[in-house]
Amino acid sequence: MDALAAIFLTPLANMWSNPEFLLEVVIGGLLAGVMYSLVALGFVLIYKASGVFNFAQGTMVLFAALTFVGLLERGVPIWGAFVIATAVMVLLAVAIERLMLRPLVNQEQIILFMATIGLAFLLDGFGQLVWGSDVHPLDIGIPKAPLIIGGVLINEFDLVAAAVAGSLVAALALFFQHTAVGRALRAVADDHQAAQSVGIPLRSIWVIVWSVAGVVGLVAGIMWGSKLGVQFSISLVALKALPVLILGGFTSVPGAIIGGLIVGVGEKVAEVFWGPAFGGAIEDWFAYALALVFLLFRPHGLFGERIIERV
Amino acid sequence: MLYREVGQFKVSYAADQAIFPIVQDRWLMLAALAAAYLVIPAVGSEYWLLTIMIPFLVYALAALGLNLLTGYAGQVSLGTGGFMAVGAFATYKLTTLFPGLNIILVLLLAGVIAALVGTLFGFPSLRIKGFYLAVATLAAQFFLIWMFNKFPWFYNYSASGVISAPPRAVFGQVYVTGAEADPRAKYLFVLTVVVLLALAAKGLVRGRVGRAWMAIRDMDVAAEIIGIRPLRTKLLAFALSSFYCGIAGAMWAFIYTSAVEASAFEIERSFQILFMIIIGGLGSILGSFLGAAFIVLLPIFLDNAPRLAGFEIPVNLVTNLQSMVFGALIVFFLIVEPNGLARLWAIGKEKLRLWPFPH
Amino acid sequence: MKLAKTLLMATAVSVAAFGLGADWAFAQNEQFIPRLVYRTGPYAPNGIPFADGYADYLDMIDARDGGVGGIKITYEECETAYNNDKGVECYERLKNKGPTGASLVDPLSTGITYALIERATADKIPVISMGYGRADASYGPVFPYVFTLPATYWAQADAMVKYVADQMGGLDKLKGKKLGLVYIDIAYGKEPISTLEKLSQKYGYTFVKYPVSAPGIEQSATWLQIRQQRPDWLFMWGWGVMNSTAIKGAASVGYPMDHFIGVWWSGSEPDVVPAGDAAINYKSGTFHGAGQDYSAVKDILKFVYDKSGGHTTRDKVGEVLYNRGVINAIYDLEAIGTAQTKFGKKPLKGEDVQWGYEHLDITPQRITQLGADGLMVPIALSCDNHEGNGKVRIQQWDGKHWKFVSDWIQPDRAMLTEMYKESALNYAKEKGITPRECEKVM
Repeated sequence: MDALAAIFLTPLANMWSNPEFLLEVVIGGLLAGVMYSLVALGFVLIYKASGVFNFAQGTMVLFAALTFVGLLERGVPIWGAFVIATAVMVLLAVAIERLMLRPLVNQEQIILFMATIGLAFLLDGFGQLVWGSDVHPLDIGIPKAPLIIGGVLINEFDLVAAAVAGSLVAALALFFQHTAVGRALRAVADDHQAAQSVGIPLRSIWVIVWSVAGVVGLVAGIMWGSKLGVQFSISLVALKALPVLILGGFTSVPGAIIGGLIVGVGEKVAEVFWGPAFGGAIEDWFAYALALVFLLFRPHGLFGERIIERV
Repeated sequence: MLYREVGQFKVSYAADQAIFPIVQDRWLMLAALAAAYLVIPAVGSEYWLLTIMIPFLVYALAALGLNLLTGYAGQVSLGTGGFMAVGAFATYKLTTLFPGLNIILVLLLAGVIAALVGTLFGFPSLRIKGFYLAVATLAAQFFLIWMFNKFPWFYNYSASGVISAPPRAVFGQVYVTGAEADPRAKYLFVLTVVVLLALAAKGLVRGRVGRAWMAIRDMDVAAEIIGIRPLRTKLLAFALSSFYCGIAGAMWAFIYTSAVEASAFEIERSFQILFMIIIGGLGSILGSFLGAAFIVLLPIFLDNAPRLAGFEIPVNLVTNLQSMVFGALIVFFLIVEPNGLARLWAIGKEKLRLWPFPH
Repeated sequence: MKLAKTLLMATAVSVAAFGLGADWAFAQNEQFIPRLVYRTGPYAPNGIPFADGYADYLDMIDARDGGVGGIKITYEECETAYNNDKGVECYERLKNKGPTGASLVDPLSTGITYALIERATADKIPVISMGYGRADASYGPVFPYVFTLPATYWAQADAMVKYVADQMGGLDKLKGKKLGLVYIDIAYGKEPISTLEKLSQKYGYTFVKYPVSAPGIEQSATWLQIRQQRPDWLFMWGWGVMNSTAIKGAASVGYPMDHFIGVWWSGSEPDVVPAGDAAINYKSGTFHGAGQDYSAVKDILKFVYDKSGGHTTRDKVGEVLYNRGVINAIYDLEAIGTAQTKFGKKPLKGEDVQWGYEHLDITPQRITQLGADGLMVPIALSCDNHEGNGKVRIQQWDGKHWKFVSDWIQPDRAMLTEMYKESALNYAKEKGITPRECEKVM
């Protein structure tokens, strides 16, 4: 009886009695979700254009952040570090395309997925080899003070992150819809062989896509690095981004954002109001359970491509 | 020349349907089993038995379980760690609640419990496919680990949440768990369990069940049309796979590390086992073993190789290099043979049939 | 299918044969200590200074004194990445190295400690779980080969409550107050809960738990709850990235930092530096001093860094975790020295070192001799008591250094001994172990 009350009555009662707190949690959740979306974006880009589920995305985020902070620590000014880190990610994309994607062209998805796992190990070891395993504090001047607006606490940092993510998504959307390269990317995402047959150079497209994903990873790495300090655990953010991907669909950029918002809010609200009924710390699996429920109604995510199966 | 079927005539259907129709294969298998049962315990040091052979066998069993589900039935699952945890904790609760029960019986019961849990979490597979299913099984993974961490009943209210294997004998005074257990007894016990279960798996995949799984994997719409029931087949795959993974988890907790907390079966474990079957070969019993060997033995070898070759390299450098070599090897293997080590093995056997002739 | 195994075994056997040869590289007159470390992986920022401090101290003793009792100390590091099975593999590989095998093992991780307790007891190698691991192993009769000096998590929890009471003007002032615990939801994080709950019943405060799911990179929900519920004092049992994220979380909801006390694994430089200015005034427990202002540490700089260079940079010598490694080394070497008084000045077996640990008695005079005044407290172990009655102190971060803000606090030994005994006897019953009788042990 107690348990039932705790699950069905108490949370709603709590929400009703303290609407400001609910608002606080919701806003906090939305902003946290945006941070997840930043990482999910990288996944979506690569999956959309090369059909590869990039297991190494989390490691790429870490690697980009490590490069950025390593340069900063050696005295390079912020914008210089950003440019150089971008260049490094582009080089990485070129290397990946040449050494990994090209030999594995047209293999099954699971093989490519496996190859990205190998890539993750490689980047992991390489990153720690070059930049060490210490934690690197990262401060690029993003204000961190808490803002209190009408009794509701909002974190300034998260607002800035939301703005960054928003502009990134807008830029990517423009890129995909209104440029020739973007159209070529979408063609490649649809069907590699058809795209090749109309003359789209697969190799350059892949390099471009992985570079863009690398830059998105760099931005995500900078934001998360400012939040946590640049350290190994950043690569674990990828696990938080997975439910976002399922919810939003693997192939949709707006899906990544909306999925992120839903997961963020869902997670936080569940943790705060339903958590105590279960003993707390339910965030982890709740996000996945939420995604699972969505999947039961829309098996390809909210905005994912419906794959039509033929016999 | 050596590896030919020339002169081997089958006079019964049974002989024709044997697992190893070629006599040389059978001899090889017997030799390998003899080596495993007789040679290894005799010459293997404690280090070899406890930290190399036993984990290899336990991982191979878990990989076998996952291969049944993902390789044969085509349902990508990332919940392996969670099902292993179910096996481990079920064994713990059963053996502490019923200390008189023989460990073999306890393992089987734990496997059954894991199978039931696996079936429960297999229901989404009826609606969701491919990578989406994989991420959905992650819900199972995270939930199960959270559950074993959260509810003290599972770990008998100890302050830390770690379950510790009480000493249990398989018969008489032959202990296989606990500090008094002889490493050789432990090894032989694990070996026997794995061999028997692998045999059972081989039988499964060669029979109707296995063929139904493969039909679902290859083209599930067509399979449904010819009369294979997707609900039953998929759920059976989840159940049997979780049975194997549960027993593997129980042996992991009780025989390999003898004290385990829920976080030993986290998402990294699931990924590790998935890597094993992909490297070893999806849809292949041998592949599970090869993949397990690759993932278990190679890092140990890479970690110790510089020392053995005489170089004194700082440990963090070794670990990072090992990570890089490991990753590079995975990519290399995939480029060379995307179907895994089992396929390489099969190609080797094909070539051996002709050797030393060119064609 | 077994052919592959056979082939692999063949290669493996040859590798092992190779490996056996490498063991004989040790000289006969040396004492070997295996070092399980984590210099890579998510907890590397905490593991690296610890390993460095320990290794530097050993190097210093070898350079300055020629070892312990004239016997040189050798060690070999093995990377565990805080991973339980790697820890077990490292232990198994290193336990027989050196002329007499491993003298002892410091697992440096609660998980690895649990995994090693049974094996090491069967192998007769002492497990030194300094300030981590199983708290109930302090009850020596059930755990002959496990040592939890100088203080356990339960002792730390009790000391923290004492400090809070002290700050509020007495134990009776605790009644009606709210004390919270932010903890990482794994075995290590849950250790203090039973103690804090027991004390809440004793002193009448409300105890609130705030679990954070591992690894703790996203804690905003937890901190919004804390903001709502406003506990008067907050304790933290975190590890790795969770610590700095929690400190930032506390700052982001405006929780007063001087009411936020972390356990000794949540109070070191890698935890506060990433949080920047937000971490100023954050407190933590500790059982040793920080900084370079101790003779022993100065000797390390003199005999190791001035000569051939140490394992890290000069400015990192004296960090909290570095000094913790130094203390760990001091305890281990003192035990070896104590064992030598009975068994002679020669390389000793694990069994002998276990005797050394059970008879370890570091007096204030000895501490001065070691050059560790203020760095550590006197401690005395016995067959019954594997913890040694160590004391706890609270330190505070001022943005640059950790400074003590309390005196040495002695936790409630009577209550703790009872708790250890009860829990240990439960374990013994489950495992079918007969506790030793300490009067019979010499």
